[in-house]
Amino acid sequence: MNSFMVKVNRFIEVFIEQGGYNEVLTGLKNTLLIAVTGLIIGIVIGTLIATVRVLPKYKLISRILDKICTFYVALFRGTPMVVQLLVFYYVMLPLICVKMTSVSVAIAVFGLNSGAYISEIMRAGILSVDPGQMEGGRSVGMSYGATMMKIVIPQAIKNILPTLGNEFITLVKETSVVSFVGATDLYVAFNYIGSNSYEFMVPYLVMALIYIVIVCLISLGIKLMERRLRKGDRK
Amino acid sequence: MTENNKDLIIVTDLHKSFGTNHVLKGVSTTIKKGEKVVVIGPSGSGKSTFLRCLNCMEDPTSGSVLFDGVELTDFKTDINVQRQKMGMVFQHFNLFANKTVIENIMMAPIYVAKKKIRKHKKSDPTPVDDLKTAKRKARETAEALLRRIGLEDKADAYPSSLSGGQKQRVAIIRSLAMNPDVILFDEPTSALDPEMVGEVLELMKELATEGMTMVVVTHEMGFAREVADRVVFMDEGKFVEEASPEEFFTNPKAPRLQEFLSKVL
Repeated sequence: MNSFMVKVNRFIEVFIEQGGYNEVLTGLKNTLLIAVTGLIIGIVIGTLIATVRVLPKYKLISRILDKICTFYVALFRGTPMVVQLLVFYYVMLPLICVKMTSVSVAIAVFGLNSGAYISEIMRAGILSVDPGQMEGGRSVGMSYGATMMKIVIPQAIKNILPTLGNEFITLVKETSVVSFVGATDLYVAFNYIGSNSYEFMVPYLVMALIYIVIVCLISLGIKLMERRLRKGDRK
Repeated sequence: MTENNKDLIIVTDLHKSFGTNHVLKGVSTTIKKGEKVVVIGPSGSGKSTFLRCLNCMEDPTSGSVLFDGVELTDFKTDINVQRQKMGMVFQHFNLFANKTVIENIMMAPIYVAKKKIRKHKKSDPTPVDDLKTAKRKARETAEALLRRIGLEDKADAYPSSLSGGQKQRVAIIRSLAMNPDVILFDEPTSALDPEMVGEVLELMKELATEGMTMVVVTHEMGFAREVADRVVFMDEGKFVEEASPEEFFTNPKAPRLQEFLSKVL
């Protein structure tokens, strides 16, 4: 126990006196920024893809769009996130001669990747809504798109909120791979503290605790949102 | 005035297949403005499909539906604009579950107003309501309609908290809010508890006396007898018999209709 206290003291020394908390704050900021922005981009892409995939297929254009979306989903679900990050950063960007910070690359890849997963979640959500809702909207003269946006998708989101929460939590935790392209996240920050104090036990323990706290907060937020969205349901 | 001017919907040789299942086998009829047509028939006879083809909820496989001079089966027709003039009431109400009662009623009028504002060009001298005015008008109409059915205190409730009869009455006034030329009723009382059927039929009778054009698919023979100008019997995707209610119920000609009536009356 005594040696553990020594390690804690050593951690506190590096964390506070040598400015380790700056690294941790940057890491925390990046982790949340990448996860939240990635989720938002993912929801937008996922909703678009899901809408295309549930379109009636009697028009050529919707069949073509469907094929494109199927390919996209296959591509992004078929490769690991790390590989996508590396390919994007070290292959795509040099090829098209564009400079991006590693955090923006991470945001883009997380958005594109989660878009593929969320599209399937959203598709299930849309299919879970009673087809009568679409008919009701169409019968009063609203277009397919308007009925989808105002009636079907809000109800779909309510139904998939727990699964969407899962996806968000996964994203938060997956940010620990962005160090592959040189972005500072929580892992990099605590690794830095560990290297400077020659002692990894406490930093990694604190890192794990921070992840747990973030995830608990997210779960709580989702629970509150769900309660709000369920106000239209049978009591 | 020729008689044609009064024809609201002209259906010619309407066919509808779902895959290999040939449901409608050539239906032709004319529905006049103000006419109340009640369609009855055994289940699977295609009466709901016929009704749903009238506003292209199902696209007919072949044939033509002419509504107020506009060919609805033509792909170039903006079906949404036409549907704004054709209300529809469903067996399962299909109220928007994520909207309150009053939002349900105001939804389509506000949608149409928004579209008008977007399409309105500055050069066009006829003014359109701005969104605020349109919303206020939609709310006034909705409130008046709710008062009419005595549900003004439910304006901010969600559909899930209403009884079946209340839901269906809200669904009816939702279509009324668009001021339609015709309302199509697809078995409006079939999903209701027996004691709630009355209030819905009462509202439908009111609409009928006000001169609304109505096409009603139903199993309520009493309603057909009392309200219809013309009763249609459908079987196996065809109109087997059409007659005035007295003629239809007292002197049915087709053997299939006689058999049907003997079972249900």
